[in-house]
Amino acid sequence: MISGMLDIVLALALMGLAWGALASADLFKAIVLFIAFGLVMALVWVRLNAPDIALAEAAIGAGLTGALLLAAYAKLHAASPDTDVDNASRVRGIPFILISVLTLLLTAALGYAVWTLPSDGAGLGNDVAANLDRSGVSNPVTAVLLNFRGYDTLLEVMVLLLALLGAWSLGLSSPRREAAPGLVLDTLSRLLVPLLILVAAYLLWVGAHALGGAFQAGAVLAAAGVLMLLAGWRLPAALAALPLRLVLVAGPATFLLLAVITLLLEGRLLQFYPQWAGRLILFIETTATISIGATLIALFLGAPPNREDRQ
Amino acid sequence: MQNLYASLALFLLLNLGAGMWRVLRGPTASDRMLAAQLFGTTAVAILLLLAEAAGSAALRDVALVFALLATVTAVAFVRRAWLDPEDENDTE
Amino acid sequence: MTPSDYLSAALLLAGGLFFLAGTVGLLRFPDIYSRLHALTKADNVGLGLTVAGLAVQAESWAVAGKLLLIWALVLLAGASVSYLIAHGALQRGMRPWKR
Repeated sequence: MISGMLDIVLALALMGLAWGALASADLFKAIVLFIAFGLVMALVWVRLNAPDIALAEAAIGAGLTGALLLAAYAKLHAASPDTDVDNASRVRGIPFILISVLTLLLTAALGYAVWTLPSDGAGLGNDVAANLDRSGVSNPVTAVLLNFRGYDTLLEVMVLLLALLGAWSLGLSSPRREAAPGLVLDTLSRLLVPLLILVAAYLLWVGAHALGGAFQAGAVLAAAGVLMLLAGWRLPAALAALPLRLVLVAGPATFLLLAVITLLLEGRLLQFYPQWAGRLILFIETTATISIGATLIALFLGAPPNREDRQ
Repeated sequence: MQNLYASLALFLLLNLGAGMWRVLRGPTASDRMLAAQLFGTTAVAILLLLAEAAGSAALRDVALVFALLATVTAVAFVRRAWLDPEDENDTE
Repeated sequence: MTPSDYLSAALLLAGGLFFLAGTVGLLRFPDIYSRLHALTKADNVGLGLTVAGLAVQAESWAVAGKLLLIWALVLLAGASVSYLIAHGALQRGMRPWKR
């Protein structure tokens, strides 16, 4: 009974926060509500018995996206300090009624669909469990993400790189020099960054048989990088051109290369031999983690590192 | 015991909601910074309680990761999104 | 319910009380510094008591150790972040509330 009430409160909070994040006039308030939304979403995933997604939501949705939005907010304000930075668009009249009706219809349709799902339907769960020993890992989520539906993950990794290219092509330059960190921030970052890197490595390794995986590990690695950036560290100029780009591309390139090789060898995309599957998955995940981490850090910084010199 | 965990989790969630009110209402931008602090502790407590209630050790990893990420977000708040006093008056 | 269950329940309830105290302080105190004070101190003690209550129930020493490490981490992070917020507020000229 209590858990039922907990679920209802979570659901209502989710809707309230989503509404607040979208409808709030002050952009900063909207960002705070969005971070809260990410947190409540992670709790909802926990209640729905999906701890892997909860981990990903907590790391990426609440933490890292929040940091990205805050950095974007700061840049917006730096770019146009005189104007009000706010969520100014308002929809009124006929468009408002039309959109509301369509949204309500969609909600009703989705609700009906979920309601009529068979309550004992395991979906594809049984098939996954039956084939798990041929997948090379013992965590069913990792098996699905990296083996059975590997090309989805390949495309996701590509999309992340594309997002970075999009951000870089905006032509922004890095903002003012970071103010020198005080003693407390300096010490905090020195203590937390090694811990974050360790946790990222742990999540990467343990993803084969328990909660973890490349995206979660990459997000935690990115958090380490973001903390370093906030504490005033910048990539040395020598590393900012080719080495950085190599690191960014390593993950997608490895994945793509393996996809092409398996396509040529076995005629099917990303079909791994069972005895090689475990090692290949770990290899893909390692390069993907490093690339994802680097991509997210670069997204936080906003502009390519060597662009701040040409003003 | 299960009921205790669930009811405490619910209680902490309501606490979070009440804290959010202050964060959103707070007259100055510094009050909004408190959001990061609030989430950091309350959310970790909720996740640990849910971990015990579900008997899932994996959720403790989620709590750990969330504690770390909340700290980084809090530092991002303070170092990036906290604008100068003049700008503060514009956006209120 | 075994004695350890009672102990655990008592610790968890005490933790909940401290969280409530923190929230009340957050809502009622007059300026940013006192609110920060209430939030950081009360919530961290609340978390510590919650962790203690859960550690009593933990299935092994390793799990109890992990819980305590999470608390120590949150303590470290919370203290540093509260300093950063307070320092930032002071730098932006916010005066502490005087009666």
